[in-house]
Amino acid sequence: MSAVSVNDVSVAFGSLKVFDGISLDIEEGEFVVLLGPSGCGKSTLLNAVAGLIEVEEGQIWIGGNNVTWEEPKDRGIAMVFQSYALYPRMSVRENMSFGLRMAKTPKAEIARRVERAAELLQIAHLLDRRPDQLSGGQRQRVAIGRALVRDAAVFLFDEPLSNLDAQLRNELRVEIKRLHQQMNGTTMIYVTHDQIEAMTLADRIAVMKDRRIQQLGTPHEIYHRPANLFVAGFVGSPRMNFIEGRIDQGGEGPIFRSGALALPLAAEHAPRALETGRLVTLGIRPEHLALDPAGPWDGFQAELLETHGADNLVWCGNGQVSLQLRLPGDVSLKRGEMLTLAPDPARVSLFDSESGERL
Amino acid sequence: MTTSAPSGRKPRHLTVDRIGVYAFLAIAAVFFLLPLWIMLMTSLKTMEEIRLGSIIAFPSELTFEPWLKAWASACTGLDCNGIRVGFWNSVKILIPSVALSIALGCVTGYALSFWRVKGANMMFGILLLGAFIPYQVFLYPLVRIFATTGLYNSLACIVIVHVIFGLPVMTLLFRNFYAGLPIELFKAARVDGGGFWSIFLLVILPMSTPILIVATILQVTGIWNDFLFGLTFAGRENLPMTVQLNNIVNSTQGERTYNVDMAATMLTAIVPLAVYFVSGRWFVRGIASGAVKG
Ligand SMILES: Nc1ncnc2c1ncn2[C@@H]1O[C@H](COP(=O)(O)OP(=O)(O)O)[C@@H](O)[C@H]1O
Ligand SMILES: [Mg+2]
Repeated sequence: MSAVSVNDVSVAFGSLKVFDGISLDIEEGEFVVLLGPSGCGKSTLLNAVAGLIEVEEGQIWIGGNNVTWEEPKDRGIAMVFQSYALYPRMSVRENMSFGLRMAKTPKAEIARRVERAAELLQIAHLLDRRPDQLSGGQRQRVAIGRALVRDAAVFLFDEPLSNLDAQLRNELRVEIKRLHQQMNGTTMIYVTHDQIEAMTLADRIAVMKDRRIQQLGTPHEIYHRPANLFVAGFVGSPRMNFIEGRIDQGGEGPIFRSGALALPLAAEHAPRALETGRLVTLGIRPEHLALDPAGPWDGFQAELLETHGADNLVWCGNGQVSLQLRLPGDVSLKRGEMLTLAPDPARVSLFDSESGERL
Repeated sequence: MTTSAPSGRKPRHLTVDRIGVYAFLAIAAVFFLLPLWIMLMTSLKTMEEIRLGSIIAFPSELTFEPWLKAWASACTGLDCNGIRVGFWNSVKILIPSVALSIALGCVTGYALSFWRVKGANMMFGILLLGAFIPYQVFLYPLVRIFATTGLYNSLACIVIVHVIFGLPVMTLLFRNFYAGLPIELFKAARVDGGGFWSIFLLVILPMSTPILIVATILQVTGIWNDFLFGLTFAGRENLPMTVQLNNIVNSTQGERTYNVDMAATMLTAIVPLAVYFVSGRWFVRGIASGAVKG
């Protein structure tokens, strides 16, 4: 049984059809991240699960119940928003207990749950303040606390960290991950446009674009076996290198060829897709290009160097293609230096140039 | 003279532009203040002094007699009870009209901006249309309707009229204010299990103080200054202060008592004047929110 299941759901705003039969199944206890650029429909999908938007067609199941027609409060969910959405005229304690008060929970039980959540999030000393007396990070903690006291089976987060500065973002990210581990069996759906958040938090990532799920998989699958050119380019920083070329026939099987560059393709690229002459795009991540004087790709010149400490980034080009590579931090290069590169054939991705799909 | 390098605040010089602006502001201020000054001075003079004709001068012999007379014993037709009757009538009309029109506008504005009511946009369109149709068009039909229901010429009648005609602008005002609040706040309250009234009373209303003040200012001044509706719907017993003022000024028996007329006018203007002075800042905000009618 899935914890959350979106079955063939369509959503429309007036005449604008946002989803036309979208489906997603999430297991109990799973942390699923919806990742995609702004406007791709992440929030709309989350709002449909929450019951804040009505669906035109299809069903939504939560915890084995068909909740398609249920009110948000009856779906067993809790939600955290990007703008915190704290009730400005209530104290932190009143904010956190609002849902329980609406549900007519006994006073002692409310106090117990608020105390526990406040302790878990280290906001016990803030309980009597108003939201406008809190910093951004504290506000978001309170918003998470307000969700926690609901004791929901499913948590929905809509870009909860986007309004915070980088350091707070990292801190709270770890905290959310820790919360998920502490609350056994709690399912989380987390919306973000930040791929680092997605990679670090998710059990599975759903990469979205143009109101469609492009790929659903573990962070490892998404990173190493992207389903199409969009996913390959969207996930990973610095970006994956793309080289346009065609399939050629070599002595020992198919070769990728682009101008002076050639690369024998590993056996795992199924030969059926690789008929000679087919136009393809080769994708290779910056860390899968090594410096090797004996390597097959020579004639590259270092154009720009970026030191990151743990590793260094190098932009280089041979006049036709330009590539980025990621080198260990102790390798030092000079601008203008000539480089010979060795790609790792087992770790390249191959895409059909026309459809953008992985081969 | 020491020429020092530019440092700190840049000195301002009086330019021709600036002098022009100040001159214009001064003239405009005099233009609008002069009538008020003349009224105030005239109301503090005796009739003998007024007949001398220097209307701007300060009274040589200060008298508050005209104010007392205007308040308590000026004549409207045959009654000589002063304008105080009208004052209390206006208060009786004002309080329920202001309270009801604001309460209704607040709820409809909330419903229109947060709850996807079926046909909300059309309802809003009709309301807007209502706000811009001249009142006179409605007068005769309303008189007929009230006459058949037996409400015509009563306090209830005039209050209902003020509430009906205040509703479009009040709804517009509150809807625009609520449209500016983050929708996520409302969504959070929905997830927390709030219903229509609990979200309104516990979350939205406590955030509405600024717009409630603006709405109160608009309605108090608008309803206090009303003449046409009061004359048409209130009935003889409940004529508001504006109508009584008109009757006092226009009752043509014997000599025109300018000082009493001026004092009565000032008394009638006191409520809106006080509202403007006390709440100037808020009133400007009301104008900026685009919902002030004439
Ligand atoms: N209330 C709305 N009315 C009309 N269109 C909307 C509304 N909300 C979202 N949309 C449209 O739906 C699409 C998806 O929006 P959204 O789910 O907010 O994207 P994301 O959260 O991924 O940035 C966008 O094209 C947006 O313009
Ligand atoms: Mg969004």
